[in-house]
Amino acid sequence: DLNDKAGQFFNSGHTNNWAVLVCTSRFWFNYRHVANTLSVYRSVKRLGIPDSRIVLMLADDMACNHRNPKPATVFSHKNMELNVYGDDVEVDYRGYEVTVENFLRVLTGRLPASTPRSKRLLSDDRSNILIYLTGHGGNGFLKFQDSEEISNVELADAFEQMWQKRRYNELLFIIDTCQGASMYERFYSPNLMALASSQVGEDSLSHQPDLAIGVHLMDRYTFYLLEFLEDIHPSSTTNMNQLFKVCPKSQCVSTPGHRTDLFLRDPGRVLITDFFGSVRKVEITMETINLSSPMEPLPER
Amino acid sequence: MATAEVERKRGQLAALSIAVVVVLVGVPLWWRTTETYRAWLPVNQINELAELQLQLSVDVEVVFSRGTLMPEQQKKVPFTRTQEEAQKVDDDTTLRYRYESKYRTANIMEEDALKQPTAAEADLSLHTLSASPCGSVVVYVIPETSVLLPQGVDVYIGHRRTAVLRMGAPMSVGKNHKQLLAHLEPRITQVVQVMSFSHTDITAALSDRVRLSPGSKESLADSMRSFKSSPGYEITFSLLNPDPKSHRLDWDIEGAVHSYIQPLLTKLAPLANFSIDSQILYYAMLGVNPRFDSSLEAYTLNADSLAHVINPVEARLGSNAASSNPVLNFLLYVPDAHHSPLYIHDHQKQPVASNAFHSPRWGGIMVYNVNDLYGRGETPLPVNININMEKVMGVFLAQLRLMLGVQSSPAPPGFLVEPCGGAGLADWELDRLMWSRTVENVATATTTITSLAQLLDQIGNIVINDNIASQVSSTVTSLQLAVAELEAGNLGFALQYSKEAILASERAFFDPSLLHLLYFPDDQKFAIYIPLFLPMCVPILLSLIKIASEARQRRKLKQSKKD
Repeated sequence: DLNDKAGQFFNSGHTNNWAVLVCTSRFWFNYRHVANTLSVYRSVKRLGIPDSRIVLMLADDMACNHRNPKPATVFSHKNMELNVYGDDVEVDYRGYEVTVENFLRVLTGRLPASTPRSKRLLSDDRSNILIYLTGHGGNGFLKFQDSEEISNVELADAFEQMWQKRRYNELLFIIDTCQGASMYERFYSPNLMALASSQVGEDSLSHQPDLAIGVHLMDRYTFYLLEFLEDIHPSSTTNMNQLFKVCPKSQCVSTPGHRTDLFLRDPGRVLITDFFGSVRKVEITMETINLSSPMEPLPER
Repeated sequence: MATAEVERKRGQLAALSIAVVVVLVGVPLWWRTTETYRAWLPVNQINELAELQLQLSVDVEVVFSRGTLMPEQQKKVPFTRTQEEAQKVDDDTTLRYRYESKYRTANIMEEDALKQPTAAEADLSLHTLSASPCGSVVVYVIPETSVLLPQGVDVYIGHRRTAVLRMGAPMSVGKNHKQLLAHLEPRITQVVQVMSFSHTDITAALSDRVRLSPGSKESLADSMRSFKSSPGYEITFSLLNPDPKSHRLDWDIEGAVHSYIQPLLTKLAPLANFSIDSQILYYAMLGVNPRFDSSLEAYTLNADSLAHVINPVEARLGSNAASSNPVLNFLLYVPDAHHSPLYIHDHQKQPVASNAFHSPRWGGIMVYNVNDLYGRGETPLPVNININMEKVMGVFLAQLRLMLGVQSSPAPPGFLVEPCGGAGLADWELDRLMWSRTVENVATATTTITSLAQLLDQIGNIVINDNIASQVSSTVTSLQLAVAELEAGNLGFALQYSKEAILASERAFFDPSLLHLLYFPDDQKFAIYIPLFLPMCVPILLSLIKIASEARQRRKLKQSKKD
């Protein structure tokens, strides 16, 4: 058991966790995309990743939208059971700042020098990064702000540049859009694992409307993903194979897909908290320095 | 007839001239206006650097004191020997280690210094006699019978760059020169490897270039623990007081940093800039409930729950928004009165002497118990407590050394290493760090610059501005200089050049203008150009074909007329 615990230290090669959560659609009727992103944000924060290591990009403000009958809230369950907006949400890129250019800049690190720390992805070669995208998509592209799109080739190239500069140790990519599987088809960098809510040619459907708010509150895949994550706590040992089973066709109507061929470790040994949480590796400090002897001034060389 | 001929000729001339204008003026104009500006990059030199051949040279001076050499061996001294060792790491990387050893006898002052009662004092006086430059090692050889070193200790490594080596028994060493070298050389190599670098250290530093599977759990832990080379670091000391009603804490952090931490950081100045700040957080609890252990009458935190302590606190720590440098956090936690005293237990359920733990690439937390500083119940709350910064800084300094990569692999058997004490860092430890950081910087800068060149080559429509080209050129120059200085053995200059190389390469790679935003698949390109050029080209081509066929017809007519 002792060796096992020491083995846990070395099971994954990461020392810190980052999350980049992006909602790419605007307008009131795309309420569910903001709710999707905020649900994942909430889970990730609950499992331990601090705001300083989450880059949250929301393309529109639903909580303070004129059409929101309950201002300052974003609900994910009908009957307003769960307010995912909360009290301490920290949105790093808001409104029109969420563009393809900014998203690629965040990933590759090519930000202007004046960008503050909270808007940067300061990952290193021992960071595990979770990237979650949601919005309207199609075969090979994802639509941003209803005016531009990012293609799967650009995304794959961005990940390759991250790999070249060793900006991640392992990366989990989750996308909840129509034909989401097309977005991870072109990946070619190592240590990438991808999940999508639907295959090419299928649409991802939304879950349930709320009659009081008047829009659909969540997408199905993320709804069941949130349900799955609510059972995870920081020391749980659930592995990725369970995550692949989330939202089968019977619940989701679309067929979720995943891709693990580029990932070096066996998904069965990858813990959910390796990406969604921030379980620290800890070592006991065995040595101390004895400072009680008076410090003789060192002779100048 | 004549007018039809003239008309036709005029038509032909018009078609031809249009074709000429399109080809000679139109095509070049279109080419120039649609090409992207790409400044020239020294691609050849970059490709040369992609194959990294590093040579690391160490100057070793071996000084024989009286009584170590046989008369026959004495005749050969002083002499110089060079040892070279080549190691191929992978297809693109080769390493060569070169140890240039100068052997000589000790002079009178050194002999006097070696007569001191203890090794530590000998070390001090030896240091005043000679100044060994950065990266070199001096080994003093003393006879087997000398009492300078305690029993069982064969090698003593001091604070500076000197070591004292005890020679083997004259019987086992032998009489002549060859036997002397056969006895000494492996031992001196071992000392030099401890004090400067070993092959494992250097390959670990190359991890950016070469993803080798780590040899052992220790080396994996080492590589995960220390921060990667960065031009600057931020250190934050935080005092956590969850119970201000009971404790009024007083810590002289400025004085403590000045006396205990600053000497270390000053010594590390060639490696990086450090900025220090401190804060006090009230009502900050640890996220874990400690268990009460009745046998110890204390609360305990066991090693498994430590992993969950950091996250709730981290959210409140804050950081300097202006810089993107890595942050090292050192937290001092004073447990609240209801959970005092609080001890940390390791995996074997034994209390930890330092009562502290650290997390790789993050920092450390120390638990400071104050309940013995006030009696039970009688003292009015809140109690004024003055924190013993010496004890606290002793722990933080040790953790800081680990985080920065002053790694402490256990010394080989028979070695006695002087603990660094107040200085925080021995000179040879600084050298070790400089060697591995220089190699790391060179490796990272070469991979950055080669991948940048590859990227720019692959994506044809990224604009390469002049400033990027100049950064790339300066990276290449600095890298070449750094490699040359490493070969020559000038560690200080090599580190400086490698730092410049890394700064320039990072600036070039992360320049905001190098964003490839527009991806044009070929079918989109055709879809744009065809509606513009096809309607224009079709009449021109058809008339050119008509002219050519008429010319051929006329020639046939002429041929038939001739015969």
